[in-house]
Amino acid sequence: MLGFIAARLVKAVFILLAILVLNFVLIHAAPGDPAAVMAGEAGAADEKFLQDLRERFGLDQPFTVQLWNYMKGAVQLDLGFSYRQQMPVAELIWDRLPATLLLTATAFVISIVIGVAAGVLAAQTQGTWWDTLISSLALLFYATPLFWVALMASLLFSVWLGWLPGFGYQTIGADYTGLARVLDIGKHLILPATTLGLFFTAIYMRMTRASMLEVSRLDFVKTARAKGLRNSVIQRRHVLRNALLPVITLAGLQAGQIVGGAVLTETVFAWPGIGRLMFEAISQRDYNVILGVFFISAAMVLLFNLITDILYGIVDPRIRLAQ
Amino acid sequence: MSLLAIDTLSIALPKGADRELAVKDVSFTLDKGEILCIVGESGSGKSMSANALMGLLPEGVTPSAGSITFEGRDLLTLSEPEMLALRGKDISMIFQEPLSALNPLMRIGDQIAEVFEAHDLLTPPERRKRALELLHEVGLPDPDTTIRAYPFQLSGGQRQRVVIAMALALEPKLLIADEPTTALDVTTQAQILDLIEDLRKRHGMAVLFITHDFGVVADIADRVIVMQHGEVVEAGEADKVLLDPTHSYTRALLDAIPKLTFRDSVEQTAQPILSVRDLDMTFTSRTGGFFKKPRVVKAVQKATFDLYQGETIGIVGESGSGKSTLGRCLVRLLTPQNGVVKIGGQDISKITGDALRQHRRRIQMVFQDPYSSLNPRSRIGTILTEGLIAYGTDKASARDKARELLSVVGLDPSAMDRFPHEFSGGQRQRVGIARALALDPEVIIADEAVSALDVSIQAQVLDLLADLKDRLNLSMIFITHDLRVAAQVCDRIIVMQRGEMVEFGPSAQVLGNPQTAYTQSLLDAIPGKAHEAALAAQKEAQA
Repeated sequence: MLGFIAARLVKAVFILLAILVLNFVLIHAAPGDPAAVMAGEAGAADEKFLQDLRERFGLDQPFTVQLWNYMKGAVQLDLGFSYRQQMPVAELIWDRLPATLLLTATAFVISIVIGVAAGVLAAQTQGTWWDTLISSLALLFYATPLFWVALMASLLFSVWLGWLPGFGYQTIGADYTGLARVLDIGKHLILPATTLGLFFTAIYMRMTRASMLEVSRLDFVKTARAKGLRNSVIQRRHVLRNALLPVITLAGLQAGQIVGGAVLTETVFAWPGIGRLMFEAISQRDYNVILGVFFISAAMVLLFNLITDILYGIVDPRIRLAQ
Repeated sequence: MSLLAIDTLSIALPKGADRELAVKDVSFTLDKGEILCIVGESGSGKSMSANALMGLLPEGVTPSAGSITFEGRDLLTLSEPEMLALRGKDISMIFQEPLSALNPLMRIGDQIAEVFEAHDLLTPPERRKRALELLHEVGLPDPDTTIRAYPFQLSGGQRQRVVIAMALALEPKLLIADEPTTALDVTTQAQILDLIEDLRKRHGMAVLFITHDFGVVADIADRVIVMQHGEVVEAGEADKVLLDPTHSYTRALLDAIPKLTFRDSVEQTAQPILSVRDLDMTFTSRTGGFFKKPRVVKAVQKATFDLYQGETIGIVGESGSGKSTLGRCLVRLLTPQNGVVKIGGQDISKITGDALRQHRRRIQMVFQDPYSSLNPRSRIGTILTEGLIAYGTDKASARDKARELLSVVGLDPSAMDRFPHEFSGGQRQRVGIARALALDPEVIIADEAVSALDVSIQAQVLDLLADLKDRLNLSMIFITHDLRVAAQVCDRIIVMQRGEMVEFGPSAQVLGNPQTAYTQSLLDAIPGKAHEAALAAQKEAQA
């Protein structure tokens, strides 16, 4: 197992470096000159000023040198400087990270708990109206675009009913402390987290249901019944555990999006996280910030892929012990 | 009073099934310490009867009439909690597929301990102790390791022993064994049968043994019931039913068992059609990262033989002996590490690209499982013409040829427009053979081509192969674990053990006068030899 993890880590480092290069090349292949954008916004577009800007940001150097400098910095977690926000990119991301993690992790937990529970219930009640109801809801959530759900949820629960705050991370100017602050953030969290988790809730539900029904037909379940075990024990110990294997794969996919996957939701609900940072950076052509967010999201995807594989090994002895 | 009495039991199938009743008016009794075999082909209702006994019928299938009396109680009237208490304790069951009968994520010891847990017996340490004793009793080597192992770490035979250990845990009065040895090779089958016989003697339990193999019946049964289309067509003492069957279906089943009779070797032409020299195939698996030593399996070592025009060579051996790997190397589904494979003088062991593509039509394969070897979404016509069209035949002539092939293998040419699922296993295997013949190959490789079929169907397919061989002068490599089948169709036989050819010669010589202990052990493991001898004696007496 340790050898496996070490091998995967070595691989991950190489992939990460490749992603760095690819991102950098992609951004530079895109049309537009950041110096020109900055100069344009500063209102002084003469050649001298442009040259100064290029020199200041190292943009006059050959492409390979720029790439080398960027890589050198990235390895030391220096992701460059945002000339728009006048702050180091790493610091910007660091500031926004907690809000995003809170949002995506909550969405993650909500979707797994509700999705798996609903899937188990649907499988248990296969063919009844419970099953039909759960499956239809899952299909609905699966098929509806996230931004629409976000807008409608905001409209319904915040604007019309006024039950929940529709934007932001906490009540501005309230300056709550302690428990009051936690509750305030929690209240702000409900709408965006539920909206963000909806799609994966639907996927987990469908996957758990299908997987439970498939495993129920396998021979070892019949063996378990022949032992005289109660159905509840069979379902929990034999069916569910085996049925969760494909769900883990999906959870790994969702967890990989934990940093970069909330752009839409954060934008609609004005959540001050990485997603919104990226949205702003793109509209402002803030290349270093875009690159930084790309890099962090890619690193997260790799990290969670690794965690998924390790988790798989723990749950499934065939992977852990296979020689 | 009998331990078990089934009286005019009928089991209804859900609407839309091919018949109304899975089981109709079945009656039989079973006494303590007795082994009763239920024999019949797939779909005869034998498994349904057993599942009804356990209260484990598939959804939608329900007993519609009759009674199942076990120790004076009618099981059909018991509530689910009452059945729960009975299952695994008084009646237990073992199944056909040992590879899938155990939960892949649970340790063996925990799965055995579960039986005690289900019936609230013993404390956890006592359960573990009993599990160890049981593993020992069913003859598993090294119970201390096995108890901590996961199912995938055990072989098929070992897993079946674990399933038996679980079934015996609470010393049931009745053991139901549903084709427990069908998926195992002969030597393992013989061991499992011995084990069941031995346990019956020691614990005095009654055994209801379901099988389609009359050889097994002859070895183990006290009494026999023969079922066809859900009805009992014949019942009686094993010796009587086997030696003096009254019903035509029983006779047909008995006749369909391949006999250990030999073919004479064909005359060898000057040039072999297929020539194999020193073929090696090694598998290296690299898992668990860069730092672990890769595991090397020598699947085939130094295989050397010649196949002549019109000849059939059998490759026999237990599972894992490398026989399928050898077959796959010959068709070049695998590339052998070393050695030479010549077809018509050309070495094909290393060719690639277009040369390999051109080679493929010269050697074709018939696979084991007729259910998974045909694409379920393709019509038979497409399946048969695909190869021809790929090699440049125009569509119209390819379809003509396909129709012709269908009649050659005994199917109606109208089958062209139908899908595989519309055919039975035997018919599908005929399609598989027609597909292999479509490209006029010089050599056909049949990998366990009849192993998944019922005996009577198996006999038909073997007849077809023998007939095709004579008519088309086919040269064939026939891979099988069944020595009787090998004896029936093969001119010469190769015996493989752990990747090596331990014996090679004319069938009569290899099977009639084996030179190695391994071949002898394979022969000894064939079930039903005592019956064959009795049958021969009976014939002699009549003459």
